[in-house]
Amino acid sequence: MNTRYEPVIVGFLCNWCSYRAADLAGMARIKYAPNMRAIRVMCSGRVDPQFVLKAFREGADGVMIAGCHPGACHYVEGNIKALRRVTLLRALLKQWGIEPERTRIVWASASEGSVLADAVNHMTEQLCALGPLKWKQNQCIGQPRPLPVEV
Amino acid sequence: MAIEKPKLAMYWASSCGGCEISVLNIGERILVVDEVFDLVFFPCIADFKVNDVKGYPDAYIDLCLFNGAIRNSENEEMARLLRQKSKVLVAFGSCAHEGCIPALSNLTSKQAILETVYKDNPSTENPDGILPGLTEEVPEGILELPDFYNRVKTLDQVVAVDYTLPGCPPEPHQIWAVLQAVIAAFTDGTALPPPGAILGAGNKAVCEECPLAREEKKISRFYRPFEINPKPGKCLLDQGIVCMGPATRNGCNALCPVVGMGCRGCYGPMDGVEDQGAKMLSAAASVIDAGDPSMDEEELAQAIEDVVATLPDPAGTFYRFSMGHSLLGGVGIAASVKGDDP
Repeated sequence: MNTRYEPVIVGFLCNWCSYRAADLAGMARIKYAPNMRAIRVMCSGRVDPQFVLKAFREGADGVMIAGCHPGACHYVEGNIKALRRVTLLRALLKQWGIEPERTRIVWASASEGSVLADAVNHMTEQLCALGPLKWKQNQCIGQPRPLPVEV
Repeated sequence: MAIEKPKLAMYWASSCGGCEISVLNIGERILVVDEVFDLVFFPCIADFKVNDVKGYPDAYIDLCLFNGAIRNSENEEMARLLRQKSKVLVAFGSCAHEGCIPALSNLTSKQAILETVYKDNPSTENPDGILPGLTEEVPEGILELPDFYNRVKTLDQVVAVDYTLPGCPPEPHQIWAVLQAVIAAFTDGTALPPPGAILGAGNKAVCEECPLAREEKKISRFYRPFEINPKPGKCLLDQGIVCMGPATRNGCNALCPVVGMGCRGCYGPMDGVEDQGAKMLSAAASVIDAGDPSMDEEELAQAIEDVVATLPDPAGTFYRFSMGHSLLGGVGIAASVKGDDP
């Protein structure tokens, strides 16, 4: 049995650039690490920090947010919003002991399948070096917030 | 025989006592409360013992206002006891609701807290390195101390809660409004709100009530309150002061921003938000100046990094009151010591 540690990366890929880059990587038969689970979002600016926290809480070892290059966003500056959030989020996660390398932002245009593949490879290597996060097993997590009630 | 009055109790667990003061801040209307209710337990202002409560039949207390977080086994025991003895249990104030300031300690562990408090503080003298234990033998017998938990819990993480009254502390006018509704329910038979409701607060952002003018400005650095004299009438976030208004439930009439102090976030998040800190992080990130479009990608990332570096404690700032319900919960506690929390 293969017991090598395989990190789980949750990847939020923007519809206009990075998801197409992932498509292209597939069509071009680029071989890269199979560790990223791709989730298509309309824009990297759509990624609420809650998504990232939830991914870590539910067992992700790393989160990748990929979008269009700055200046090329389909929605003008959604990717810049994402960059500002991720930068601040990394500083915040450090206080929980979650290494900054575990949250990554990547720019990959629709023609850059190899850029995305390289980024996934690189992040997989980095996460292998860091080891598993196993948030749920290792932390005392309280029950989630109860659902709102109509008054 | 006089008609029996409904019974009122108020208890403090891990809290500062501000909630009790806030109840007394409803002013002379406290006399109405006294007229309507029979006080059966209220350690802050009246001499009742835990054994009195233990002696009450189940569901004897009609309304119990429980403030304070669950920090140790004694807090939890009291929460369970009062739940058993109360018809309506209210999580009163931010500690019971969200964990508040005590829950900031969830960023560290029990062991680290005890080491700091009992050994490492410069003003502490403890040459034998004695840490508090659970039992202590003295000539008179064995003394027991409550168990200090690894993480602070909110009241609803320990027992079922009927209503929540947010705030640190809840505003007196809101407390009075809620008490009036409860009094009406007990005296005229008006229906109580549905269980689980958040009372004494709105469901919009503090910004809705805030008179300061928002101008969609971008900031080149964050300021801590002592570093800047805010311009009157202007949005504080626009000026680089972290104001939790965009991510915080209203109901306080924007008490803090009005006087130039950024909203601390004590009323907790609005309905549908799981993690107040994450929402505030988005709002704070949105005012960061992203530099100019001519910058290349590295310069841009660095410019944003430089602004972020001026905010010294993002977790403590964004989760000042809501750590108890944060998505990530407590920090780095090894599985081996996790087990001592029931």
